[in-house]
Amino acid sequence: MSTLLEVSGVSVTFDGFRAINNLSIQIAEPELRAVIGPNGAGKTTFMDIVTGKTRPDEGQVVWGEKNISLLGMSESQIANAGIGRKFQKPTVFEDQSVRQNLAMALKNPRGPFSVLRHRKTADGAAKIEAIADEIGLTDHLTRSAGELSHGQKQWLEIGMLLAQDPRLLLVDEPAAGMTAQEREKTTDILKRAAETRAVVVVEHDMEFVRRLECKVTVLHEGSVLAEGSLDHVTKDQSVIDVYLGRSDA
Amino acid sequence: MHKSFIFHNPSVLWFLLALALFTMAVTVLSEAFGVGLVSTSFVKTLGKTLCLCLIAIAMDVVWGYCGILSLGHFAFFGTGGYAIGMWLMYARTEGIVAASLEGQAIPPTPQEISDAIGTQIFGVVGSSEFPAIWAFADSLVLQLLMVVLVPGLLALVFGWLAFRSRVTGVYLSILTQAMTLALSLYLFQNDSGLRGNNGLSGLQNIPGFEDTSQATISMVFFLVSAIALAAGYVLFAWVMSGKMGSVVQGIRDNEARVRFLGYHVESYKLFVFTLTAVIAGIAGALYYPQAGIINPAEIAPIASIYLAVWVAIGGRGRLYGAVIGAAFVSLLSSWFTGGGAPAINLGFYTIQWTDWWLVLLGVSFVCVTLFFPKGIGGLFDYLVRKPS
Ligand SMILES: Nc1ncnc2c1ncn2[C@@H]1O[C@H](COP(=O)(O)OP(=O)(O)OP(=O)(O)O)[C@@H](O)[C@H]1O
Ligand SMILES: [Mg+2]
Repeated sequence: MSTLLEVSGVSVTFDGFRAINNLSIQIAEPELRAVIGPNGAGKTTFMDIVTGKTRPDEGQVVWGEKNISLLGMSESQIANAGIGRKFQKPTVFEDQSVRQNLAMALKNPRGPFSVLRHRKTADGAAKIEAIADEIGLTDHLTRSAGELSHGQKQWLEIGMLLAQDPRLLLVDEPAAGMTAQEREKTTDILKRAAETRAVVVVEHDMEFVRRLECKVTVLHEGSVLAEGSLDHVTKDQSVIDVYLGRSDA
Repeated sequence: MHKSFIFHNPSVLWFLLALALFTMAVTVLSEAFGVGLVSTSFVKTLGKTLCLCLIAIAMDVVWGYCGILSLGHFAFFGTGGYAIGMWLMYARTEGIVAASLEGQAIPPTPQEISDAIGTQIFGVVGSSEFPAIWAFADSLVLQLLMVVLVPGLLALVFGWLAFRSRVTGVYLSILTQAMTLALSLYLFQNDSGLRGNNGLSGLQNIPGFEDTSQATISMVFFLVSAIALAAGYVLFAWVMSGKMGSVVQGIRDNEARVRFLGYHVESYKLFVFTLTAVIAGIAGALYYPQAGIINPAEIAPIASIYLAVWVAIGGRGRLYGAVIGAAFVSLLSSWFTGGGAPAINLGFYTIQWTDWWLVLLGVSFVCVTLFFPKGIGGLFDYLVRKPS
């Protein structure tokens, strides 16, 4: 296990409000990591920073064995460096078929002229089939993504992440709005993905996090409050105070 | 081009078939090549309409497919027209000057010829000097190159600046309006080098074909316009099929998501914007020889707004919708404003369509937007219902 992503001393201020405050997190490869924390803790903002959507005021974000800084890079460059992201609100291309959605995400040259010359290949089709199988949408490949159920859209978006073949997956609330059964399947997909890659999952649901059986990072007011196994952090007094205490009340 | 492309897009075949039938019908009915039931001036109107259809499909690609509401594409149409107009005017004037100097005892020097042509062309703006931008006006090949290069470069530079700073939505639309307005105002000036508000005229006279009748010239332009529309249609349909179409429509629906998939969204927008600008330039270069005159009023901001209205009424995001919208609305417009529509006498008030047509168009636009967002082209969905 080696460090893949290192976020150190990062802070972000929105109109005077410090959403991220001296945050430091390290992710190894492969690793499955859960990030929890109350609403507004800065979980999504953390992902925004790593993926280049938000520029931090200070701190470092360093990537890979060559220790490349992600801070000067654009969103698309970061994505091509190997970071995939699933949004909190499922965002798939509703007017296009499930197959088209996956094909667009598939790891291939991204420039306009390569895309213009792009031809469907047997290899690409096989990859799409394999991913569709993994996310349970094999029978829905020709349907338009807008017709899928909420849970299926979430899976499709995870499938698009897998199609990108990234080294790091950032998954924001994948189980939101899912039934118990769907959640179980989602955990399986994520755990399998984490066998070969780094996967960071933001989730509110404790049962879901427990089933992931992984290291947990608790965020609060933009910095790390506690880190360790789920049992370890849930026994932590400061965590109980700010987070569990509140939700149990 | 991929073998299965046409097979996967039956609407392309249908369109080409309809266009071919229409073109044949007009040819058979024309004065030049047929029985003479369709007048030459109407052939010109139809030929111009085909050019408007061509810029409309370009508009549909940039707006309906890529989500960029450009309200400046007529600037590219106009620059294409000016580019070909310069050669038409120069070459024709050169012919006239040469003829008038022929009988002289002492052969005129090249400088004298050049001065005479300059006086002929620029006399209306009180000048006889050739401005620098006319440097290639004597070469048809170079001016044809300008038809493609000038709109292309203008779009490339404008698009690069706008997309790079991530200007989107209404702000981008306003910026494109500003671009076409600025260009139009610049051309209105007498020292712009393009004859100010006089514009370029006499463009229907094709140098080298002085003895050919307008009936024949009009038919040739009509046919070339039809071929250009067919080629443009196939080009855009091909570009928008497959993965490029996926990415471009993805940008329309959720730009940020496409970015996080690793696509450099700005490059794609720039590609679409520039490609459609070039096609718009070609459409303009075919249009203005049929119109006979081009002046800066042609690229006033309102022209590009009409273009968006045509595409909206015809149906966005489907190329044949744009063709239907442009043909239907522009023909209807010339019927109403040309006095074709009978005035309606209400007793206390007489509706003159030359005044009221714009109101009717505006109301139709609002109704289509509110009640038929898919436009006229959406009616085809009822014809070809997918079996469910
Ligand atoms: N672009 C922005 N402008 C201003 N404030 C912002 C912006 N983005 C986030 N914030 C604020 O930063 C704080 C952290 O937000 P963030 O979305 O990261 O929280 P979160 O942990 O993902 O919460 P949730 O569990 O509700 O998704 C919030 O108070 C939010 O209002
Ligand atoms: Mg969030």
